[in-house]
Amino acid sequence: MSGGKILLSHGEGGKRTRELIRKVIAKRFDNPVLAPLFDSGLLGRLDGEVAFTTDGYVVTPAIFPGGDIGKLAVCGTLNDLSVCGARPVAVSCSLILEEGFPVKTLETILDSMKAAADEGNVPVACGDTKVVEKGNADGIFITTSGVGILRDGWRPAPEKVRPGDRVILSGTMGDHQTAVLIARNRLELSAEILSDVAPLSSMLIGVLDAFGEKVRFMRDPTRGGVGVSLNEMAESSRIRIVLDETRLPVAEGVRGICEILGFDPLYLANEGKALLIVDGGAAEGIVAALRKTAYGRNAAVIGEATDGTPGVLMKTAVGGMRAVDYPVGDQLPRIC
Amino acid sequence: MQLKYIDEFRDPGLARGLVEKTRAAWAGRPPMRIMEVCGTHTVSIARAGIRSLLSGVVTLISGPGCPVCVTPDGYIDAAVGLGMRPDTIIATFGDMLRVPGRRSSLEKERGNGIDARVLYSPLDAVEIAAKNKDKEVVFLGVGFETTAPSIAGAILAAADRKIPNFSVLSSVRTIPLAMEALASDPEVRIEGFLCPAHVSAIIGSDAYIPVAGKFGLPCVVAGFEPLDILCGIYMLLLQKKRGAASVENEYARVATAAGNRKALGVISRVFEPGDIAWRGIGVLPGTGLRIREDFSAFDAQVKFGIAVPSEAEKTACRCGDVLKGKITPPQCPLFGKACTPEEPYGPCMVSSEGSCAAYFKYGAA
Repeated sequence: MSGGKILLSHGEGGKRTRELIRKVIAKRFDNPVLAPLFDSGLLGRLDGEVAFTTDGYVVTPAIFPGGDIGKLAVCGTLNDLSVCGARPVAVSCSLILEEGFPVKTLETILDSMKAAADEGNVPVACGDTKVVEKGNADGIFITTSGVGILRDGWRPAPEKVRPGDRVILSGTMGDHQTAVLIARNRLELSAEILSDVAPLSSMLIGVLDAFGEKVRFMRDPTRGGVGVSLNEMAESSRIRIVLDETRLPVAEGVRGICEILGFDPLYLANEGKALLIVDGGAAEGIVAALRKTAYGRNAAVIGEATDGTPGVLMKTAVGGMRAVDYPVGDQLPRIC
Repeated sequence: MQLKYIDEFRDPGLARGLVEKTRAAWAGRPPMRIMEVCGTHTVSIARAGIRSLLSGVVTLISGPGCPVCVTPDGYIDAAVGLGMRPDTIIATFGDMLRVPGRRSSLEKERGNGIDARVLYSPLDAVEIAAKNKDKEVVFLGVGFETTAPSIAGAILAAADRKIPNFSVLSSVRTIPLAMEALASDPEVRIEGFLCPAHVSAIIGSDAYIPVAGKFGLPCVVAGFEPLDILCGIYMLLLQKKRGAASVENEYARVATAAGNRKALGVISRVFEPGDIAWRGIGVLPGTGLRIREDFSAFDAQVKFGIAVPSEAEKTACRCGDVLKGKITPPQCPLFGKACTPEEPYGPCMVSSEGSCAAYFKYGAA
């Protein structure tokens, strides 16, 4: 089957569908929950408060520097569970394939889904595959859902944020969107920029295990980037956040490209980062703990919760103060 | 040593020192009214929070140097009109799409079937024309001396490659005479000019000698980084303090006194000075760049027999007063209410370099 292309008949429920599911998909995800190929994955008894999430993935190109749509789909769902303090239990995989999509590319994508699921220690417990006529989709769309169990005694608590609490970002900003932007526009640049897409479950659950309620709540700054997530965090906790521009971690290559194209890394999407609002006294300890993990090496305190009208402000590198608002529309490159 | 050109020009320690020096030099005097002419300066000032750093020392007035903002609504109408012709492709820089004309915008009309494409370089429009010989490709030529060379270059390339289906709807402008018009307006009360960085790289700092001399105004060419701007402001204050009115160049690492001769040569080969309307300001003689008769085959106004009307429609939008620096954006009755970046009423709210957008996004602080 490798080397072939996806045909409409792969989605019609007949022999070809069975072949695709058994030989290409289920074979890769091989695990006891999926194996019987029942209409549902039977997860057994779950002990604790259940978290449930879902997300659709339509990134183009499907394969980009540092990852692909498969890794993205699994990591995105694992991270949505983890920032809510839920240990992931299982994820699903729903594929929409465009007629003519290369089976080999599909296999690459499924392999990275499997690798990400293994790293997050979860089975791909159920799935679905549909094929649409050529022109009715862009190669491949993936939807994943995830179920997790909340860590005992911890819930996201925006209402507990106090002046003096600190804002931590687990690493550099904007890597994912920059990598996709470069791949999409075939920009020839010397700096190699990789997407940061990564499963954060073990890092974040580890922090909760060690620091518990010192962590008030967390978000993963995906679409809209750190700028948008922080505005939402300020809104939900009714607090003012003041950022320190000199402490915002940005990889040098990303910064260079942002300067050239007129983008602000604050508003670029991340796929392997978390924002944490934590107790001021515990902040340095939490940063130290994050820095010991593979995906938190560049973690830093980037700001502080203060009194004042809720919103996000930034103390600029040169010492001025300005607002950090929601962006409007696409960030367009400068024209002169 | 490798100079990375970002950190060095945003160094917090140097900035602090410069701000202290500036405050000390100006202690006890009323704030100096300085106009930053260029939209990129406006954005950089807002982004770095420079107004808050130098409050009470200078009043920074945002000038007309945002190409989208000064393009009259009649131009947008003309562009929309051209786009509605059969088999026509409108090629444009991104910011122009959302600028409202009197009736519509290119973005809205794109939904009704206008083929409007966003490009980064005018040369890409020539390429589109070469590949679509059965269609007319009209490039919306807006901007200042910075975009003028590449627009002129595109026209030269189309002439050279004999691509007859390419043309430019020109709304290109030049800066120095517009500065003179603003300097002579008693309502604006400018006491010094922070001159554009990139424009000056093309035209050279000597281009401001007339405005400095005629109006007795200090002029400093400054780069776009926060330290460039702080340094430029400090230089302006020192000039004012000693009663000087000369042209100084803080951006000597890129801009020279004479400018880029090659770029200026390309501009003058294709364009000649003409009168042009500035949105909200009116017609400023000699500030436009008109396509020369030799290249009229590529002049969309000639080719399609259209004229761009210059009178502005009367509305509550005070973009004109914002562009002239008579009011700050929040003083406009529409600001943040009927006019927001999501639903812009005036062009200063549309462009990422517009003063209203910068005030809205980064706050007035």
